[in-house]
Amino acid sequence: MPKRIVSSIQNIGHRVIESVWRLGVASRFFILVLLKSGTSLRRFNLVIRELYFTGVLSLIIIVVSGLFVGMVLGLQGYETLQKYGSESAVGTLVALSLVRELGPVVAALLFASRAGSAITAEIGLMKATEQLAAMGMMAVDPIARIVAPRFWAGVISMPFLAAIFSVMGVFGGYLVTVVFIGVDEGSYWSQMQSAVDFRFDILNGFIKSCFFGVAVTAIAVFEGFDAPPTAEGVSGATTRTVVTSSLVILGLDFILTAFMFRGVS
Amino acid sequence: MTAETLIEVNDLNFSYDTRAILKGIQMTMPRGKVVAIMGGSGSGKTTLLRLIGGTIQPTSGYVKFAGEVVHELDRDALFKLRRKMGMLFQFGALFTDLSVFDNVAFQMREHTNLPESMIRDLVLMKLHAVGLRGAHHLMPNALSGGMARRVALARSIALDPMLIMYDEPFTGLDPISLSVIGNLIRRLTDALGMTSIVVTHDVQESLKIVDYVYFIADGVIAAEGTPKEVRESVAPFVHQFVHGEEDGPVPFHYPAQTYKKDLNLENSIA
Repeated sequence: MPKRIVSSIQNIGHRVIESVWRLGVASRFFILVLLKSGTSLRRFNLVIRELYFTGVLSLIIIVVSGLFVGMVLGLQGYETLQKYGSESAVGTLVALSLVRELGPVVAALLFASRAGSAITAEIGLMKATEQLAAMGMMAVDPIARIVAPRFWAGVISMPFLAAIFSVMGVFGGYLVTVVFIGVDEGSYWSQMQSAVDFRFDILNGFIKSCFFGVAVTAIAVFEGFDAPPTAEGVSGATTRTVVTSSLVILGLDFILTAFMFRGVS
Repeated sequence: MTAETLIEVNDLNFSYDTRAILKGIQMTMPRGKVVAIMGGSGSGKTTLLRLIGGTIQPTSGYVKFAGEVVHELDRDALFKLRRKMGMLFQFGALFTDLSVFDNVAFQMREHTNLPESMIRDLVLMKLHAVGLRGAHHLMPNALSGGMARRVALARSIALDPMLIMYDEPFTGLDPISLSVIGNLIRRLTDALGMTSIVVTHDVQESLKIVDYVYFIADGVIAAEGTPKEVRESVAPFVHQFVHGEEDGPVPFHYPAQTYKKDLNLENSIA
């Protein structure tokens, strides 16, 4: 019995050390990516190509999800607000929920599962099929040529996707409450306009999405680069990308919200 | 070391953790020759290539390429050195997101400032050399295994390297593709004045095209010689390897306790 306890404590210790060690490796990798970003900035067409794959191809899921999230928000908001006779405030509710929280967070979650997993799988497979090794043997640094452009493309697309998500959400809320239910159009927009502050709401939402973009893409490229070069390894890495980035997004969101909206009424 | 030597491997040792992979390897490879490194699976052949390319560091000893000790170079110097080397990976390792043309043009675009019109001509010339000029517009997933390896060969000669390393170039090819690749290795080596190192366990095909053979077994050089010497060798290991015999110095059975003991027959009355 004591032997079993000792071995389970050892196991816990081993896991802790392992994850701290991995965090260290990931941080070093992240710094390396930043240091080797010169090529991406000089040859920006490399980034533009990746922008298409990570950003443009994620548009469909972002637009459709944003629309539906906004529609649900409008419906639920209206249901509750009309009990107090303040259904005209539904526009405010929809817009604030979206630009402060749902826009950046849900867009980042979708981005992690759509683009993050694709980045991990692509880099992992390039590693498994020795493409990265071949590149290294051709005296081309795979971090500069493959990883950095994907990283920057992700970082750039994330805020745009979050903004598009919020815009679609506001439009979805408008569709449901104004067009279908018949809330006054003027009050929907004007209440929204007066309640949403550029600095506190929109700028903070933008900053959040930038953080999420860096986190998701950094995790995605690291997991891909670090994946064991086997089918099992790549699939495991892809799963880890989605799970880790989702948790990081939600954790980061709490921390950022605590900093940003402290004492703001 | 003569002026003709391109690669000198001296007392090279390499181990993963505590497991010794290569033990005191000694080789010289003259310019303009095709040298084969043969040995069973897991004998350390590919490790040797990686040591020559400088992607891993030796535990002790050194590899000298064109007069420079590979593992002592810093990153920039190593990258500079690698421009003089080409490597053909086992399954080609073509960039799957680029077309055949762009694969071959990759190094030219990364390392030179040549105008696109000149790159086009050069790429078509390289592809012509491997017989695939007509396939320049295809994507790698549309190629057969043999074609992919020929494209990879064209890609590795893109910048006219001094050395090409082939990692198992014959694996998984049909007989026609096999001799096409074999002849290409020989022809390109002679035509471009390169040096080739072929890591393989395909004895018959490679003995046809190489100038010199090293056998590696258990991390040491078990035998070496010209193809003729190798064919006529009576050394047990070489004989077993060249003729593909099942049992010999490389045993058929993985080390185990006695058969009787495993079947619990030791104490029974037979």
